[in-house]
Amino acid sequence: MTVHVTTPRFKLNVHEALGDPRLQRAMSHAGNLVPRRASAAERLPEFEALRDSARDIKNHTLAHLDLYLEAYEKRVTEAGGHVHWARDAEEARQIFLKLCAERGAKRVTKGKSMISEEIGLNEALEAQGIEAIETDLGEYIIQLRHEAPSHIIAPAIHVTRDDVEADFRKFHTHLPADRDLTKPETLLAEAREILRQKFLSADIGVTGANFLIAETGTSIIVTNEGNGDLTQILPKVHVVVASLEKIVPTLDDAAQLLRVLARSATGQDMSVYTTLSTGPRRPQDPDGPQEYHVILLDNGRSSMLGTEFADMLRCIRCGACMNHCPVYQAVGGHAYGWVYPGPMGAVLTPSLIGVKEGGQLPNASTFCGRCESVCPMRIPLPKMMRHWREREFERHLEPAAVRYGLGIWAFFARRPALYRFAANLGMRAMALVGRKKGRFAWAPLASGWTQARDLPAPQGATFQAQWRARSGALR
Amino acid sequence: MDKSPLRVGLFVTCLVDLMRPSVGFAAVKLLEDAGCKVFVPEQTCCGQPAYNSGDRANAKALARQTMAAFKDCDWVVAPSGSCAGMLAKHYPELFADEPDAAREANVFAAKCRELVSFLTDTLGVTSVASSYEGVATYHDSCSGLRELGIHDQPRKLLGTVKGLSLVELTDADVCCGFGGTFAAKYGELSGAIVTKKCANIVSTEADTLLAGDLGCLMNMAGRLAREGRKVKVRHVAEVLAGMTDDPPIGQGQ
Repeated sequence: MTVHVTTPRFKLNVHEALGDPRLQRAMSHAGNLVPRRASAAERLPEFEALRDSARDIKNHTLAHLDLYLEAYEKRVTEAGGHVHWARDAEEARQIFLKLCAERGAKRVTKGKSMISEEIGLNEALEAQGIEAIETDLGEYIIQLRHEAPSHIIAPAIHVTRDDVEADFRKFHTHLPADRDLTKPETLLAEAREILRQKFLSADIGVTGANFLIAETGTSIIVTNEGNGDLTQILPKVHVVVASLEKIVPTLDDAAQLLRVLARSATGQDMSVYTTLSTGPRRPQDPDGPQEYHVILLDNGRSSMLGTEFADMLRCIRCGACMNHCPVYQAVGGHAYGWVYPGPMGAVLTPSLIGVKEGGQLPNASTFCGRCESVCPMRIPLPKMMRHWREREFERHLEPAAVRYGLGIWAFFARRPALYRFAANLGMRAMALVGRKKGRFAWAPLASGWTQARDLPAPQGATFQAQWRARSGALR
Repeated sequence: MDKSPLRVGLFVTCLVDLMRPSVGFAAVKLLEDAGCKVFVPEQTCCGQPAYNSGDRANAKALARQTMAAFKDCDWVVAPSGSCAGMLAKHYPELFADEPDAAREANVFAAKCRELVSFLTDTLGVTSVASSYEGVATYHDSCSGLRELGIHDQPRKLLGTVKGLSLVELTDADVCCGFGGTFAAKYGELSGAIVTKKCANIVSTEADTLLAGDLGCLMNMAGRLAREGRKVKVRHVAEVLAGMTDDPPIGQGQ
């Protein structure tokens, strides 16, 4: 069982997304976080220095990842918890299902976790007859709709308020039909009421982790709804599913990263809840789970270490790159076709599912660089997308027309005298045809361009030809 | 003090060379007015299309060809943030795996500049003597803005053009959807992005759209024309040089 991948049909996904008026209406608000992030960064004079520091912390950690992971495991065990190492998604699912089977678990509540999406946990649980309940409001909404998250921190960003109202009326049939669901607050209150009953009857609570602390064996989650706390405190068993690059050496390091995380993500100084968990409930604790497990997922990440894609492992999943991305804003997250959308997804997807399947994504970028300019971890996203294009080119994976077109162009560009002659001839001919209107509504081999816009016509003889004619000879 | 004029090599860029030579002549005028001696060595393309398509071999060949062509110039100036960014920022990266070539690329990169920022930041130009009747808005092309820090420079010089008033464009820093080969490879997606950009342009009610990169300008002009908008689209150099006799981009004689 794997997460359904539609990345290879990215262009078709784009076509459908652009033709979907409901999605377009929802995505028209996708840029709302841009000014919030900007003002949060502005309010903190040391923000740029913090970004440097955040980058350095993660670089140091990744350089010594083995040591910190071992230290982390030791501390978790000392605190009475268990660490389970999962090489891939299948191993992670099996570990989780075994934990469920051994405890006879029938109901699992979930805090928001992209790793659980990456391993397809809900589907795996469903196949075993175990009920999985998403407790983050956005995740709850898309679970009702049988959809995947379209954003890593705002999973239901593609859904409008009207859609949510319709879904709640469709699924919450035990509630009065004439209830008022026109305000976001009433929608939230209804979801909260329904989820509260589920929290109390869950056998296992699953959360992700924003950070894992090697020094203390602590996992940290940040949420704005408090659902994560109820998920991990109320059931008897708390299972953290996290990928291994979430590790940082100390609590102090995590505190620095937290200072850039929420500001970059939502423009908040801090998320509403920052929850630290270390092992199961101790005798003197008023509450907490009896068991504490961590499933540490690799799934291809360790093979990124030491490559040109290693910088991607610094990512703290704030979503700033997608919030600022013109491509993401145009089509939303589902078009990307796998778990991670936007610029971070365009780099990570080929790393995790292969460039053959994921290669469309690093190509579908204008290299505008806005993602890199806001990334709190200073990840050179466009540069890594270019590296993927290089890998594709080496393996002849790009469309034949692109390769031939590039080859013909390079043949001329590498022969300046021939280029100058042919270009001048070509431009003069084109100018003659296009002179009256000054543009073409259609041109051979340019249908990609002309489907949405005209092609301006050249003025006539090339600059170099005119310059030569004017100054006699070039020196 | 050495009074001999600066030897400036104009890297005219393939788009200007092919599509809109008048931008090249405007650049020559601006440079000569600022006291430079302008050279135009035989040139083709900086190699960016190959570089961004993953074809490092052709990108390197074109980079070597370009560096050789301009080796005698004190400065290499391009009327494009994108091409100047390729020369100044990406050539060193391109040769990072070849120490000797990387050294050469670093030396070359250090003398490469985008036209408008070269005028203001290197030559200290603070005003131009041209005039243009109209209300213009300015789009910040991505590479110029984020790789080279070009934002205030064109606005400052445009502020000295007689008759011109400048209105700010909402989301001026957001990509127009051009992206080189992206516009052809992902035409529909690119079209959606430029459509949004054009809505912002139209809402300024400016009669003229200016920017520093011909690729972006052709993209926006092409979309504005398709929508039947009357906005005149020009390269910023044309207005700064006072050379606006040719029809705007995408308009007939």
